Amino acid sequence: MSRVTLLALQVLVAVVCLALWQFFSSVPVFGKILLPPFFFSNPVDVFSQIVKWFASGVIWKHLAITLWESILAFAIGSLSGVLVGFWFARQPLVAAVFDPYVKMANALPRVVLAPIFALWLGLGIWSKVALGVTLVFFIVFFNVYQGVKEVSRTVLDNGRMLGMSERQLMRHVYWPSALSWMFSSLHTSVGFAVVGAVVGEYLGSAAGLGYLIQQAEGVFDVAGVFAGMFVLSAFVILIDFGVTLVERRLLVWRPAVDGHS
Amino acid sequence: MTTPTAVALEDARVAFRLGDGRVYTAVEKAHLTVAQGEFVAIVGPTGCGKSTLLNVAAGLLKPAAGSVRIFDRPLAGLNRDAGYLFQADALFPWKTALDNVAIGLEIKGTPRGEALPQAQKWLTSVGLGAFAGRYPHMLSGGQRKRVALAQVLIRNPKILLMDEPFGPLDAQTRQVMGNLLLDLWNADRKAVLFVTHDLEEAIALADRVVIMSAGPSSRIIGDWRVHLARPRDIFEVRLDKEFHALHREIWSVLKDEVMKGYAQSIQPAEAV
Repeated sequence: MSRVTLLALQVLVAVVCLALWQFFSSVPVFGKILLPPFFFSNPVDVFSQIVKWFASGVIWKHLAITLWESILAFAIGSLSGVLVGFWFARQPLVAAVFDPYVKMANALPRVVLAPIFALWLGLGIWSKVALGVTLVFFIVFFNVYQGVKEVSRTVLDNGRMLGMSERQLMRHVYWPSALSWMFSSLHTSVGFAVVGAVVGEYLGSAAGLGYLIQQAEGVFDVAGVFAGMFVLSAFVILIDFGVTLVERRLLVWRPAVDGHS
Repeated sequence: MTTPTAVALEDARVAFRLGDGRVYTAVEKAHLTVAQGEFVAIVGPTGCGKSTLLNVAAGLLKPAAGSVRIFDRPLAGLNRDAGYLFQADALFPWKTALDNVAIGLEIKGTPRGEALPQAQKWLTSVGLGAFAGRYPHMLSGGQRKRVALAQVLIRNPKILLMDEPFGPLDAQTRQVMGNLLLDLWNADRKAVLFVTHDLEEAIALADRVVIMSAGPSSRIIGDWRVHLARPRDIFEVRLDKEFHALHREIWSVLKDEVMKGYAQSIQPAEAV
């Protein structure tokens, strides 16, 4: 199928869905409106809400806050995940001792931590960053741990036979291997950073996309809720696109697994 | 005054502890010497411990008994005089072909600016001058072996240890690689210890062919000198009468071991 046809079909899906939504929320079928506007709003209202947000400029502040929280959560979570993952992989004893606690912490649904973080860190951005960090950390940690442990025996021996010192092995073998595993989970960890930020905002904040949605919900402004959701989706897609670009640059050395390189 | 022997294994015994605590003796009473400038091939049936012996010479494995001397000095730790060509892919997948070759020098502290042109020169001499920017996964199996060869040779090791380096390649590529190896080796005649299961390859390449018995506790059971003239062409040398005579002679010994090795390979390992 050509790209144009594919794109046309993809757009068609959106158009049909929006049209059905608009139709059933405004035209009575057998004397009854199937999607009552109070609960479902309609595409026109949602769209005008989005336009209003961008026209007045209020949305930028919320977007910036959410973006900033996500970036911080990702950066701090990744950095600590890499460091701890490396440390555990190189010190099997430490890994063995902490193993049950790591599993326990990872098994905990992170949402329940939000109130604690709000208490400890206040309603500002840091409680959201903390929530995101707890999500990102474990993904990166497990990947780096795996990456360091699963360095090919032959590649390692080759490094040794070429005369690498322990430090050079670290730099030329362990480090790139760990990073490649970390990058392979980049989409997931970036996604979780955003989830942490938005969920944190939703549970208690004064700004951000999650706050916007929560506020709209509080006054039964369904159009506002949907508008917030659409903006959030677009935001995530943009970030994901950025991640793909970064990934392509960093992982050129890897064979394309999924076939479309 | 004789020149020192490049590699000398004396009475070497290599044993592994199995998972259930028993001890498996892979190689026993191995005497093996490689003189300077000599190309020695070790041939043996599958699982006879020929790679084990090579790893002992490399210092990757410590013998349970016996001594390893490199240029008349006892080997402690890794063999710093040796370059090792692995059977499996051992290139750094995150480095380009050029960087993979240059790393051999960079490790020694050669500045990158000097290492890169030399690496390019080596890539050219293994026939991959135009592939410098490729990552290992973009190269074929034979090309990866060429890069690996350049990676090892750029460090100019005094001894070359090769563990079935062309094993994973198809028959034609193997012969081409064999000729490339001989060409490169001819330039400065390093001591080579070459492990293979292919007797023809061994005779075509080497000055001496050493035969190992089937494992466990395999020993060296034969040592033949190959008097074929150098420089050789692997394609041509196989048509030589002397080649055939030698092949028949060695094969008569090797055949029994291959059968024994095969019989053992379909049975669980015995404690010895």
